[in-house]
Amino acid sequence: MQINRRQFVKNLLTASASLSLLTFSKISFATWLRSDFSSHPLEASLAELFPEKVIKTSRKIKLKLPRTAENGNIVPITITSSIENIEKVYIFSEKNPVPLVAKFTLDPSLEPYIGARFKMQESCDVIVIIEADDKLYQKRQYVKVTIGGCGG
Amino acid sequence: MANRSTIKIRSKRFADYTLVRTLIAHSMETGKRKNSDSGEPIPAHFIQTLTLTHNGKRLSECQMGFGIAKNPFFSFKIKQANAGDKITISWQDNLGLSDSKDHIIQ
Repeated sequence: MQINRRQFVKNLLTASASLSLLTFSKISFATWLRSDFSSHPLEASLAELFPEKVIKTSRKIKLKLPRTAENGNIVPITITSSIENIEKVYIFSEKNPVPLVAKFTLDPSLEPYIGARFKMQESCDVIVIIEADDKLYQKRQYVKVTIGGCGG
Repeated sequence: MANRSTIKIRSKRFADYTLVRTLIAHSMETGKRKNSDSGEPIPAHFIQTLTLTHNGKRLSECQMGFGIAKNPFFSFKIKQANAGDKITISWQDNLGLSDSKDHIIQ
């Protein structure tokens, strides 16, 4: 098969475009791990994220959550804490298909505060885990859901 | 991409901190819902990462699944921020779409 110059340039462009796409997707995979957000029970998810670590229940974490969420599609949460040197904050919803809702990294120049809105499939515990100084702290709160989110 | 930005940013300075709130227009599809007319499944489409930067310094990176509500809302508090400082919010979703917006603190 003979390739003329025009065809060659075209091929070259396609090749370089797909190459840059490849490297691009590699970067995003490095930051966002599918395994973190896979659908399995909460315990399995916790065991995978925090292997062989003790998660202490802490009173230093304050959650502002509705006692009853009328609509599981939008559940507002506000997290504040007096724990020092917070590095990461995780939000879990116990009975969601994917228990891990979100994880945040927090720079020291941010106040220990996060506001967000998430979905809940059914009434269950919401667990917030804070990682600080290589230690884990958690706080649980039960939320009753009247109409489930997550495709319900 | 759409002409209009998907990101809205509001900030308010208080004595001890600056509150930054952001609202993003995104469907956050779980992939489990079905089209009510045709019954066909709606493919998953959700934001995976969101970053908050302040004057070029990354303050927070959020990784999320489809458990975050449709049209995601987040708020943060920056300890030290002055008028004229630049806040940037950017996101990237599972289909490779992304958006970014700058905001100047008043």
